[in-house]
Amino acid sequence: MENKVNREIPDQILNDYKYEGFKTTDFGNPEIQRVAPKVTAQVGPSKVVESVKKVVSETLKDGMTISFHHHFREGDFVFNMVMREIIDAGYKDLTLAPSSLTNVMNDIVVEAIQKGVVTNITSSGMRGSLGDAVSHGALKNPVIFRSHGGRARAIEEGKVKIDVAFLGVPNADEMGNANGMNGDAAFGSLGYALIDAQYANKVVLLTDSLMPYPNTPASIKQTQVDYVVKVDKVGDPDKIGSGATRFTKDPKELQIAQMVNDVIVHSPYFKQGFSFQTGSGGAALAVTRFLRKAMIENQIKASFALGGITKPTVDLLNEGLVSRIMDVQDFDKGAASSMKNDANQQEIDASWYADPANKGAMVDKLDVAILSALEIDTKFNVNVMSGSDGVIRGAIGGHQDAATAKLTIISAPLVRGRIATIVPDVTTVITPGDSIDVVVTELGIAINPKRKDLIDSLSKVPGLPIFTIEELQQKAEKLVGKAEPLQFTDRVVALAEYRDGSLIDVIKQVKD
Amino acid sequence: MEIKQTAMAGTLESSDLQIVLSQGTKGIEFDLTSDVAKQFGNDIKATIKSVLDAYDIENASVKVVDKGALTPVIKARAITAAQRALDLKDQPNWEVL
Repeated sequence: MENKVNREIPDQILNDYKYEGFKTTDFGNPEIQRVAPKVTAQVGPSKVVESVKKVVSETLKDGMTISFHHHFREGDFVFNMVMREIIDAGYKDLTLAPSSLTNVMNDIVVEAIQKGVVTNITSSGMRGSLGDAVSHGALKNPVIFRSHGGRARAIEEGKVKIDVAFLGVPNADEMGNANGMNGDAAFGSLGYALIDAQYANKVVLLTDSLMPYPNTPASIKQTQVDYVVKVDKVGDPDKIGSGATRFTKDPKELQIAQMVNDVIVHSPYFKQGFSFQTGSGGAALAVTRFLRKAMIENQIKASFALGGITKPTVDLLNEGLVSRIMDVQDFDKGAASSMKNDANQQEIDASWYADPANKGAMVDKLDVAILSALEIDTKFNVNVMSGSDGVIRGAIGGHQDAATAKLTIISAPLVRGRIATIVPDVTTVITPGDSIDVVVTELGIAINPKRKDLIDSLSKVPGLPIFTIEELQQKAEKLVGKAEPLQFTDRVVALAEYRDGSLIDVIKQVKD
Repeated sequence: MEIKQTAMAGTLESSDLQIVLSQGTKGIEFDLTSDVAKQFGNDIKATIKSVLDAYDIENASVKVVDKGALTPVIKARAITAAQRALDLKDQPNWEVL
């Protein structure tokens, strides 16, 4: 069938994996039955076990679903430590269901796939050697990509049933009270891992810092935890988050940031108590700086900043320009360390952040979202998953979720090297054009024609060139030339879910 | 025209292209390395071929390492390499330019 973003989804995929094609960005008000985990009661006095090997052999069986979080990002030691034991013990047919996969995890996942240890994967994304292997057909079954909100929904509904969650934490006590804020490998918010702690049948904490009981503040609670394993080191602090955030000096990024700021400031949403989410890219960080100036000049304060947090956003909190930070993850040390000192920087879990299937997510209250893109097409559909060569190299993250904001701005250069960013059709649709309002490039902006109100309010802004999206696409093509279409086989290697659980696109094996 | 000496032009910086022209016997033979080969491989070859045609170079081994260069850059590097390979660098072929 062809879904509502004109993607041909093979009927066999819809039948085999029980999917419906994507229809609408409107989730509606369905009644949803959630699942609950199996609990093995215990009274202590301690849950500490001496080795990863022991806890793996006590909890894991062939065919189970295991999960991890990615809050340690490129500094993660826990994932490799646990997967090594699992591979060496010879387990088979596991489903890997982490919140996302970072580069440091690639090689061992590829090994696990080759040895038949892992035969199913669901993740927010993947890159590097792993994305390459999957795009060349290494995995038996298609990978399922979900947004952060979509993952929370799938776990709550029981579509993903986690048997064992292996969660690295920078501190924990003997009963499993833990947070992400203290210890050598502190990373701030535990947002994504909190879902696993709540819904997995068995929860294993791995920590390098055993604290006196009771350890507070406790983001993960002892009521949720089955085992605590003391390991040498859970992560490399230097690689967990980038150090001091430097603002970009790239004139192209600054030009884009300036125009993003113009769009926000001249939109109807820039008013007392507005809310926003920015990403971590160069242009997004620069937007924060322009926005700060505009907020001071217009005496406007934001009620909250949402999502993945960086130091520049924390600076706005400290200056009183933002009342609350609702923090699902921290991208740098400044953001991570500020969480423990400032009660106005609230840790939120992935469901609270972005899940459509609950009684209200933060993204529903979001006014302005600034997001990035690998490709945007003339229907405003966005690809953040497959690269210009068709190979998987990205992650949905919170893209689909935050894009439901009242004003969703995609900031992206018109071209990257010889690759056009604005194209007639994106390789993979991840976020539907219906939820995108404005695209900002260094040459000018394009407004989704459905937003006549925005066209009215932005057309009078001096120094803000407005084009149609087709005009921007043609400008890009004139610059780089017309690309030859990518070649794929018929084999589906990955499924991209929309946040509501419908299928928005499939990714096929690349032909080389 | 016959290539007189192996010649190189361009760098390995982003958005540039490095081309090495040397003597060949079996027409124009390409060895292309590019991150955008899937989308622009044929276009890059055609652009370089058109420059070589303009210099009447019929036999050459062409080694290209492309870093995402746009067409005018590819042309410029190809022209420079051809001038050097034909030992014409003091007498630019204005008709081709």
